[in-house]
Amino acid sequence: MNPVVEVKDLETTFFLKSGPFKAVNRISYSINQGETLGIVGESGCGKSVTSFSLMRLIEKPGLVTNGQFLLNGKNILLLKDQEIENVRGGEMAMIFQEPMTALNPVLTIGYQMDEQIKKHMRLNDKDSRDRAIEMLQLVGIPSAKERYSAYPHQLSGGMRQRAMIAMALSCNPKFLIADEPTTALDVTIQAQILELFQSLQEKMNMTVQFITHDLGVISEVSDKVLVMYGGQTCETGPTQDIINSPAHPYTAALILSRPQHGQRVERLKTIEGSVPAPHELPQGCPFANRCPNVLPQCWTHKPPLETIASRPDRKLACFNPLPI
Amino acid sequence: MLTFILRRIVQTLVVIVILSYVCFGLMTLMPGDPVELMISANPRISAEDVTRLREFYGLDQPLIKRYYTWISDISKGELGYSRTYRIPVTEMMGPALTATFILSITSLLFSLIIAIPLGIVCALKPNSKVDYIANLFSFAGISVPSFWLGIVLIIIFAVNLRWLPAGGYQTTGLAYENIFQELMDKAKYLILPMVSLSVQSIGRFSRFTRSAMLEAMRNDYIRTARAKGLSNRVVIFQHGFRNALIPLITIIAISFSSIFSGALITETLFAYPGVGRLIYSSIIGNDFNVAMVAFVVSVSAVLIMSLVSDILYGVVDPRISYK
Repeated sequence: MNPVVEVKDLETTFFLKSGPFKAVNRISYSINQGETLGIVGESGCGKSVTSFSLMRLIEKPGLVTNGQFLLNGKNILLLKDQEIENVRGGEMAMIFQEPMTALNPVLTIGYQMDEQIKKHMRLNDKDSRDRAIEMLQLVGIPSAKERYSAYPHQLSGGMRQRAMIAMALSCNPKFLIADEPTTALDVTIQAQILELFQSLQEKMNMTVQFITHDLGVISEVSDKVLVMYGGQTCETGPTQDIINSPAHPYTAALILSRPQHGQRVERLKTIEGSVPAPHELPQGCPFANRCPNVLPQCWTHKPPLETIASRPDRKLACFNPLPI
Repeated sequence: MLTFILRRIVQTLVVIVILSYVCFGLMTLMPGDPVELMISANPRISAEDVTRLREFYGLDQPLIKRYYTWISDISKGELGYSRTYRIPVTEMMGPALTATFILSITSLLFSLIIAIPLGIVCALKPNSKVDYIANLFSFAGISVPSFWLGIVLIIIFAVNLRWLPAGGYQTTGLAYENIFQELMDKAKYLILPMVSLSVQSIGRFSRFTRSAMLEAMRNDYIRTARAKGLSNRVVIFQHGFRNALIPLITIIAISFSSIFSGALITETLFAYPGVGRLIYSSIIGNDFNVAMVAFVVSVSAVLIMSLVSDILYGVVDPRISYK
């Protein structure tokens, strides 16, 4: 079976005054039909830039400088502007992080949904309205008919995110990118949205790329996970396996730094230091300056991304991995 | 909404009363009152006559009482007589108001038609060549004093090229055969004052459109709109410009007052018979009745524009609701 999504050697460069900076540096992965890939990493590691690159939403001074993105065999990165408009919001849709700012404040929810439905499904006013209301009901928005003519500011954060999801799913996308869809919401709402998300994915048999910095969320929603740092892949493989036995020191550090249920600790563990600035990235492994297991060669050579011998479904880029 | 409008109208009326009182007071501070005009017209007038005239016109009364008399007459629609032209003020105000209104509105529309597309183009390509050139001309436009520009325009287009008349409102002594001919003739006289009045606002509006549009296009919902597959045109106008309109409306409404008062200089320069020229000539000629009415009319026009902008706000921005 061919995967629905295939990303090969994706590279996105920002041409800054201080010099070019590769926010995404040769990332490759694939997602099968109905599967969810979680992309994890802390702020600034290139998760969102990866998604925007796939949606062709990278703006100057950024540019996708290398790679392929095949959606059902079609290379999206080579489409003309006109053609990409037909794919975006249709075959491929995206949910954004901030439901507060991602909706246009001066247009009604209904209008913003109709625009998209009319464009991709070529429905008339009435059918498009029916479709929009049906979608609002599907995502569990109460009294959907009234909400259809409401403005974004009249809805709560959770309701707005539901509306965003309804909008993204309205044209039956084959591939959905969710960029931290629950980060801006409070915890109880987060749980509801995640649950809704999973049930819809199953119902519509969608292929999903789910971006988050929250490993708890990842273990709930995704089948596979890709851990990213400094624009590169640290390790990738089945979610449960990686969370139970991380091989890359960065993954291990991420897991340790999240609060454990039922445990009281004086202070949460953090990863020392922060993501290095673009021009400060080490020549070798980008994590070298913060890594507890760092070896001399880590500073000078990039560890290649290779399959782990004992776990053929996992890949790792590290010279000095943890024992698994 | 209705109570809001009613409340704003009451506020506006209060402001007009206060401002007119201040203006009335300032007028009395000006050298020369109507009786002194009569003295200079007839040097043989006696001191008793002067006292009698002052009493007759109520000029011996305290300021507040005279103001009360004036405003109660005004509210009854009695605007008094022009001392210079010896005709009722109402007869003078009508045509002057129409002329000024035409000049201000055409100038406003003309500047918007040029400034808004220019501002949008600059916002879409910030720091490009087009942007720099537009920026240069905008600041030149904002900095050039309109009276100087007016004179330059007259020298170039009226004196040297002889394309357009130097001033006036219509060709004197010309009997119009049809409405079209009348419009064409009046338009010819309107062009130069309109352009000289517009240059400043074009500069200002295009800069404001640029920054409002840049601000709007940076928002997350623009990315959402693109992610939905909408065409560039829809993203720019329906999502970007709709939001940029909100700050623009305030600026335009506030600028209307400066266009209106800018008309004072421009009208005088081009001998255009509007309210501005009327205010100027009546103050110079000590024609108090005319000056006061023209002043109140100008103040009201500005205040009404700001009321209109408040109402428009509610129309463009659904987040604003009036209670």
